[in-house]
Amino acid sequence: MSTAALIQEVLSWVLVVSGAFFALVGAFGTWRLPDFWSRLHAASVTDSAGMILLIAGMCLQSGLTLVTVKLIVIGIFLFITGPTATHAVANAALVSGLRPREAEGLIAAEPEPLTVAGGAEGDAEGTRKETAGAA
Amino acid sequence: MFVVATIMIILGMVLTLMRLFGGPTVYDRVLAVNLFGTLTVLLIAVKGFLSGRPDFLDIALLYALINFVGTIAVLKFFRYRAIGDYARTRDDEEEQS
Amino acid sequence: MRIIGAFVVLVVLWLLLSGIYTPMIVGLGVASAGLAVLVVRRMDLVDSDPVELALKPLGFPLYLFWLLGEIAKANWAVTRIILAAQMPIRQHLFAVQVTQKTDLGQVIFANSITLTPGTITVETEPERFLVHAVAYTPGTIGELTEMDRRVSAAEAV
Repeated sequence: MSTAALIQEVLSWVLVVSGAFFALVGAFGTWRLPDFWSRLHAASVTDSAGMILLIAGMCLQSGLTLVTVKLIVIGIFLFITGPTATHAVANAALVSGLRPREAEGLIAAEPEPLTVAGGAEGDAEGTRKETAGAA
Repeated sequence: MFVVATIMIILGMVLTLMRLFGGPTVYDRVLAVNLFGTLTVLLIAVKGFLSGRPDFLDIALLYALINFVGTIAVLKFFRYRAIGDYARTRDDEEEQS
Repeated sequence: MRIIGAFVVLVVLWLLLSGIYTPMIVGLGVASAGLAVLVVRRMDLVDSDPVELALKPLGFPLYLFWLLGEIAKANWAVTRIILAAQMPIRQHLFAVQVTQKTDLGQVIFANSITLTPGTITVETEPERFLVHAVAYTPGTIGELTEMDRRVSAAEAV
């Protein structure tokens, strides 16, 4: 085994295992954190770090083949849809009236002029457009 | 190394399932389902490399597509109680009642 | 024009994903791409909006690299919160000014905020985004303003 191949192997080892570690941390966070709003951030760890590192590690493992192209397509897709789905969940929770518990010493959440009965529809329209544009 | 990654991802999926069954609000559950889907995509990809058959990636790509569309559809349903084009708003309900 | 573009994109996607280049398989790919385009055309789903990627060809990739660095830092911070014995959570919902001119720029900014763990765009309004932070410090708004400035700089209006 040449030195370059050895470096590639070790690097992909590190990337895959650390990616799996972050994926596990994100899942652990959704299980452990106390309320919905903080759990959103834990899921975000799996969506960003875990996904990027795992895909990068597998890309290194497969070299320059069609497999890498497929991995990159999956990666780009998850890179765009992951935050969009998280935003959709958060937005739906906010519109339905769920509010985060503010930390002590901080002024309460910003007022929500758009969540009244009339405004909610127009606002939903914007969210849907954004989703369509991102996808 | 892929064995280690597979075990860690499956462990994560178990934790996500626990949140899915225990989540107090419906949004906790939707979040857990979405996270479970992302983990499934990663698991399928890693499993393909583990068994030396990266053809599984096509299935992973398909699963990613379905997962996203499914999450958005469920959220839309809980928001409007309808999935079609004509989602009833609160204004309509007031007019009818 | 849009129809031809969609057809070419679909065929290229087929070629990349299939990996088998016998005449029959490639022919099937071209046929299915044609069928899909035909169905979309019949459904009248192809709008006439021009596809505008109002982004700087060099500035945007540079922004993506900067964003990857931010994601790494934010991930490390959130991982430490999750694994800490006493989870140091300081939740806060606050507003961030948006200065992007195009819709695409705003989408990129909102997705960038959500992609960095620790901050999530909760609501989009014309002039501002509502952002939820899990570990709020007085510097959080400064970081997001910096990100806003960089997205606006990568925009080619």
